[in-house]
Amino acid sequence: MGLETAIKMTGIVKKFPGVIANDHVNLDINFGEVHALLGENGAGKSTLSNILTGLYRPDDGSVEIAGTKVEFNSPRDALNAGIGMVHQHFRLVSTFTVAENVVLGESDSSLFMDQKAVAARVKELSDRYGLAVDPSARIWQLSVGEQQRVEILKVLYRGARVLILDEPTAVLTPIETTELFKTLRAMVAEGRTVIFISHKLDEVMAVSDRVTVLRGGRNVGTVNTRESSTRDLASLMVGRSVEFTRVQREVPAEARSIILNVTDISARDDRGGIALQSVSLTVGRGEIVGIAGVAGNGQRELAEVISGMRAMTSGSISVQGEKVQSGKARSAIAKGIAHVPEDRLHTGLASSHSVEDNLALKNYRTMSRFRILKRKSIRAQSTDLIERYDIKTPGSQTPVRLLSGGNVQKVLLAREFSALPKVLIAASPTRGLDVGAIETVRERLVQAADNGVGVLLISEDLDEIMSLADRILVMYEGRIVDEVPAEGADRERIGLTMGGIKL
Amino acid sequence: MNSNILIIIIASAIFYGTPLFFAALGGIFTERSGVLNLGVEGTMLLGGVSGAWASQHVGGSAWFTVLMSIVIGMIAGGITSALLAFLCVTLKTNQTVAGLAITIFAGAVGLSSYFANIWGVAENPVPRQIRRLDVFGLADTPIVGPIIFNQTILTYVSWVLAVLSTVYLFRTRIGLQLRAVGESPQTADAMGISVVKYRYVHTILGGALAGIGGVFYSLAIVPTWVDGMTKGAGWIAIALVIFGFWRPSLTLLGAYLFGALQSLGSTLKARGVNISGDILDALPFVMTIVVLVLVSSRFAHRKLGAPAALGVPYEREER
Ligand SMILES: Nc1ncnc2c1ncn2[C@@H]1O[C@H](COP(=O)(O)OP(=O)(O)OP(=O)(O)O)[C@@H](O)[C@H]1O
Ligand SMILES: [Mg+2]
Repeated sequence: MGLETAIKMTGIVKKFPGVIANDHVNLDINFGEVHALLGENGAGKSTLSNILTGLYRPDDGSVEIAGTKVEFNSPRDALNAGIGMVHQHFRLVSTFTVAENVVLGESDSSLFMDQKAVAARVKELSDRYGLAVDPSARIWQLSVGEQQRVEILKVLYRGARVLILDEPTAVLTPIETTELFKTLRAMVAEGRTVIFISHKLDEVMAVSDRVTVLRGGRNVGTVNTRESSTRDLASLMVGRSVEFTRVQREVPAEARSIILNVTDISARDDRGGIALQSVSLTVGRGEIVGIAGVAGNGQRELAEVISGMRAMTSGSISVQGEKVQSGKARSAIAKGIAHVPEDRLHTGLASSHSVEDNLALKNYRTMSRFRILKRKSIRAQSTDLIERYDIKTPGSQTPVRLLSGGNVQKVLLAREFSALPKVLIAASPTRGLDVGAIETVRERLVQAADNGVGVLLISEDLDEIMSLADRILVMYEGRIVDEVPAEGADRERIGLTMGGIKL
Repeated sequence: MNSNILIIIIASAIFYGTPLFFAALGGIFTERSGVLNLGVEGTMLLGGVSGAWASQHVGGSAWFTVLMSIVIGMIAGGITSALLAFLCVTLKTNQTVAGLAITIFAGAVGLSSYFANIWGVAENPVPRQIRRLDVFGLADTPIVGPIIFNQTILTYVSWVLAVLSTVYLFRTRIGLQLRAVGESPQTADAMGISVVKYRYVHTILGGALAGIGGVFYSLAIVPTWVDGMTKGAGWIAIALVIFGFWRPSLTLLGAYLFGALQSLGSTLKARGVNISGDILDALPFVMTIVVLVLVSSRFAHRKLGAPAALGVPYEREER
């Protein structure tokens, strides 16, 4: 492991309308290390790496690669300097094959591309780094994990010496994460350098040599991983010490009444295939029911059907005995069902609209007179919610899409929670959030349940379900295959049933 | 006798379909790069009037004059589309609005007619025209003669172009990168492909091809300058791009189908078949509307393989 400086960023400043995403950030990366960039949502991690790859131009500051000052005007310059990035939101052409994606932008003067040679080279790289993927498969046919491997292959193919991975594990299963870490170590062993962005502390501890923590756009410290601890990093990251205690809840009363009743529902997925097969479940007042399962086993469709966004082919849903009309979101809302969808920016929010309008989307009817909106009340509600939910935004009028991932989620939660629902469907509510935000979200869920709301929590994060839910249902291929009380639930058993193994 | 009519219809379908194909092929290039060009009609007219002017003013052999008319028509079309590219790619304006503005500004009651007026193009006939050839002296061969060996030079060029552009789009690196720019400019940019360059080049190329389509009207079909002479061919071309699933080969077939509809009226009338001319004239447009309505839903667009980023300006630091 060499100790020379591979990358030196000095005094980097990057401003966006209303926010300083990077505020005089210094960053030193050594050759041959895995350097983690840790920070809360909106800390400026993606921005900093986008500057390093030439995608964004810094307002101030300088970048040195191996001791020479560089100025990148485009990602091409960065790639030529040996820096490649796997973006938080993948950059792949979904209709192209893996091989076609890999050769894009390659500065090869030949008119035609030699499919065989490319496939061979891709094969060689994937063997060397354990990144199994079929070069002739089309991107849309691949799982998210495979797509990520393509992204990594792409930068390796271009001969990158420095690889930046922006929250690569957010989309991976635990097993895939372990494999990714092996790949990263293999690359470092060859003298490549890896910048690993995350806000998951255990992962940072597991894979990195050094950690730089960003908070509010500033570098608040660089430490050697071995000399640090999860606790230290967490307090550096959020600026205070965090308690990692399990959420303690009163076991809900025995005689609680059923609030959500789902009977024998079936539904189709977007492609017309069968997504749900006679699923029945109940949620009681003040109960948190967790749905565990590997993504893509009907969880999304279940959430959509209950919240009226997808029609069911059979079955019925009722809230406190009142029937909810199939496929009618308005009816679901009227019966008191709130929904925090998986895809926040598209399904949950109107992304180009302002924070305040998004916050008012559900209850604007109460804030209007003669069908004319009362802007003052909307503004007041928004100011209140921004404060209460600690939403980091330049202002009430900022379009939601300009907020960082975590803050987008907070806007959505604020709206759904404040509508005082009877039933809350939360799909992966903490995905992509930092520790601080996760804490807040979990607290809110528990609080809602304590206030008598029936919560259906759908998550791929088993730990989350184990620590929050009162009762756990396991979904596999559109059916509920197991049900266990959370109290003393057996992780292994749930893990096995999630994988389709019958007990 | 009946087969005779059929042969004439096919032969003139190819003749009338030729300018449609040029304009639609231009549209394929432009749209594959992610730029929607609704200014085709105006672009064709400017190409047409410039070509007519050149035919009247460029000296030399007949061949040279015709060649220069085509080249000048291409330049006029290219300049018009360069303006579109500037509006859509550099200024990132709404592409629908920019395209419509160009058609209105350059179209039948706009710049093309103004030029025709000040250059006096309309007062004189177009002396040197694009004529049907008699290739290898085979024009009189039964059946294939009129269909294949008695077309204009541009028709033969278009056949070569259909093959070349298919290879270009689907077999070459540049074609691959062009399609990547139209599908996902974010991806292309991250891989070091210049989105701006690809969009400019292919928008201008598309305009030049539309310009050739215009020249075909003023030098071959009519052949003289009449204000607004393309009569909506530009719109048909836009529908053809979709009709041909953004593929040159299918678009060529589509162009001949629309060419047949366009020529049906005159062919049948000349043969004494009694049918309302208005209905026949309206046919291509009815077809255009049907095609556009059928495929205008987002869903259909995706299914048919429309470039995913079609009509969306690319802003690097935007999300
Ligand atoms: N293109 C942009 N336009 C406007 N504002 C932006 C843009 N990109 C980032 N920002 C803002 O800059 C700040 C830093 O964002 P950035 O995406 O770098 O955070 P991050 O650390 O990657 O967070 P996350 O963990 O949520 O991905 C945020 O407040 C964000 O809203
Ligand atoms: Mg980020």
